[in-house]
Amino acid sequence: MIEDRPLIYKYLRHDKKFPHVWCGGCGIGILLGSLIRAIDHLGYTKDEVVLVSGIGCSGRLPVYVDFNTLHTTHGRALTFATGVKLAKPELKVIIIMGDGDATAIGGNHFIHAARRNLDLTAIIVNNNIYGMTGGQYSPTTPYGQRATTAVYGSVEHSFNIAQLAVCAGAVFAARGTVYHVRQLDGLIEKALLKNGFSVVEVISQCHTHYGRLNKLGNQIDMMKQQRDSAVPVEKARKMSPEEMEGKFEIGILVDREAPNYLEQYNKVRQKAKNALSLQLTKEEKEESERREALDKQ
Amino acid sequence: MHRRKKPEPKAQLMQGNEACAEGALIAGCRFFAGYPITPASEIAEHLSYRLPQVDGTFIQMEDEIASMGAVIGGSLAGVKSMTATSGPGFSLMQENLGFACMAEVPCVVVNVMRGGPSTGLPTNPSQGDVMQARWGTHGDHPIIVLSPSSVMECFTLTVKAFNYSEKYRTPVIFLMDEVVAHMREKVVLPEPNEVTVIDRVKPSVPPEWYLPYEDTSFGVPPMGIFGEGYRYHVTGLVHDIRGFPTLRQDEIEPFLLRLFRKISIHFADIQLVESFHTEDADLVIVAYGCTFRSAHRAMVEARARGLKVGLLKLITIWPFPRRVVEPLTRAKKTLLVPEMNMGQISREVKRVNQGMTTVLTVNKIDGTMITPQEILEKIEEEKK
Ligand SMILES: Cc1ncc(C[n+]2csc(CCOP(=O)(O)OP(=O)(O)O)c2C)c(N)n1
Ligand code: SF4
Repeated sequence: MIEDRPLIYKYLRHDKKFPHVWCGGCGIGILLGSLIRAIDHLGYTKDEVVLVSGIGCSGRLPVYVDFNTLHTTHGRALTFATGVKLAKPELKVIIIMGDGDATAIGGNHFIHAARRNLDLTAIIVNNNIYGMTGGQYSPTTPYGQRATTAVYGSVEHSFNIAQLAVCAGAVFAARGTVYHVRQLDGLIEKALLKNGFSVVEVISQCHTHYGRLNKLGNQIDMMKQQRDSAVPVEKARKMSPEEMEGKFEIGILVDREAPNYLEQYNKVRQKAKNALSLQLTKEEKEESERREALDKQ
Repeated sequence: MHRRKKPEPKAQLMQGNEACAEGALIAGCRFFAGYPITPASEIAEHLSYRLPQVDGTFIQMEDEIASMGAVIGGSLAGVKSMTATSGPGFSLMQENLGFACMAEVPCVVVNVMRGGPSTGLPTNPSQGDVMQARWGTHGDHPIIVLSPSSVMECFTLTVKAFNYSEKYRTPVIFLMDEVVAHMREKVVLPEPNEVTVIDRVKPSVPPEWYLPYEDTSFGVPPMGIFGEGYRYHVTGLVHDIRGFPTLRQDEIEPFLLRLFRKISIHFADIQLVESFHTEDADLVIVAYGCTFRSAHRAMVEARARGLKVGLLKLITIWPFPRRVVEPLTRAKKTLLVPEMNMGQISREVKRVNQGMTTVLTVNKIDGTMITPQEILEKIEEEKK
């Protein structure tokens, strides 16, 4: 996209870190474009953005962009991000995770981050498989689909990540695809603007593993499948489960208000300080009484 | 008018865990993330009460893995950070602890040792995590481990732990034991202006010149803080001096060697010990943590009986203070290492000894402290 060229020069560490590690045609690069456009459009400065990731193909995303970037351990990105945000609330902290990263090894952190409602934005690249390690099945590999560790087809049922976020208490949860890229730009913007824990699940293709193992064609075929299986949430609500079979909803699943963690914790600080000043005045009084008694002696 | 007396410094009865928490506060710790576990919970409880009073932040995370991650995040954003746990939680922290070693993130991890393995003996003392503190995380790495033996040391050494972590950009493990953690002793805490506090060195070059992992003569690169204009990449992958992942042989080894060197060239600063009557002694007890207390008593009793016994207290356990132990072995003094495990530090003493002198041990793993009597018996048996 011609219009993106100046943006790429503005944000990518193009002179330092390229070529990148991703396969040509991987959806993660498309998501990176969306993320950059959203950040640029909202006018965040590079210094205030912290991009945190876990481990996986998606985990490699931050290294290419000129923000404060933190590539953590597998599944733990949200925990590091929690520390960053609590230590410096003025920072805009964005977390990129893979589906395995966020909902297998990091599943516990994910639901607790949603419940806690710290002002973070989590973007989860759902490619239905463990990409980086070579195509093993993940918590989002659909029942019956193949992976290198499910050569006879997976017998586990998959997570609906955006729905999981809703149930765990996220104040904003949306799903987009890398095919519907303009919509994705908007979803990420809305998530970034949301006060509280926001989640965007991004359906993306891993043609190299998931596509190949399940005979889904190349990256373009897989993006067409995204186009054909995605149903806008409003429409999906009117459809029966049978009609939704093999399809998924895209758009905003939930957008609600709740006080964020730091607003709550500031109240704790205030209470603690009030208690302390009461305690101090009591001690001061005792001290001056002690001194008066000494003076009288 | 009467002259006003300066108010006496306040003596107070304090628990080891509380003293550790207060030490952290005076060292400048303003972020704590943890998960409850006996016998370390009092540290979290105390800090949950104290940190919000001083504009700090306390958070109880969903587990110890998360706690360690949050602590690293807090430190990267410029706030001195700590967590506290015991054996089972310490095991869970190991992967992220390695991240802190690799990315050179200052932080303090308190491990109040209880009996193990597994859930083990939750309320009983042990010194079974000496080797885990050294080698718990995967990969070859240096680490600093301090061990207190009194409530006052829980305070003073926590300050030191923070100072080392900031100075050398490394996680420091504060290895307490259940006895020291739960014991109450009289302490007089210093005023904040009486305590030396070291803060990490931050970059002073213009941001575009900043090389976050550049070698320096001190071995420790200045640390950029998120949000302060020095944008750089932090990763657990082996990285080049710019912080970017590398697979180049000529970059991998120099980087890893620097991680070792930044500690090894500063052994004299890091390796803390205290010696008692080691000069004239022909038998020296080497002890640490709560076992030091029994060893000290045993030494006093032995001396009263005319036995020439000395005592070396290890405050820094790792890097092991070889430069102090080796002269004792060369002087052919018998060494006696009592510890509440099957011989983790004695193994290190024997390694340093290399057959020069006799190394005796007293090992106890029944969930109780080694008594002065038990050490004394060993001494007398040897002196017979
Ligand atoms: C503790 C730990 N376990 C396992 C791995 C190996 N590992 C690296 S990436 C990965 C899976 C990545 O899959 P996903 O999170 O879905 O991200 P993707 O690569 O598909 O973007 C695994 C299992 C690891 N790095 N750390
Ligand atoms: S393996 Fe899959 S997820 Fe990873 S870069 Fe290639 S296409 Fe993308």
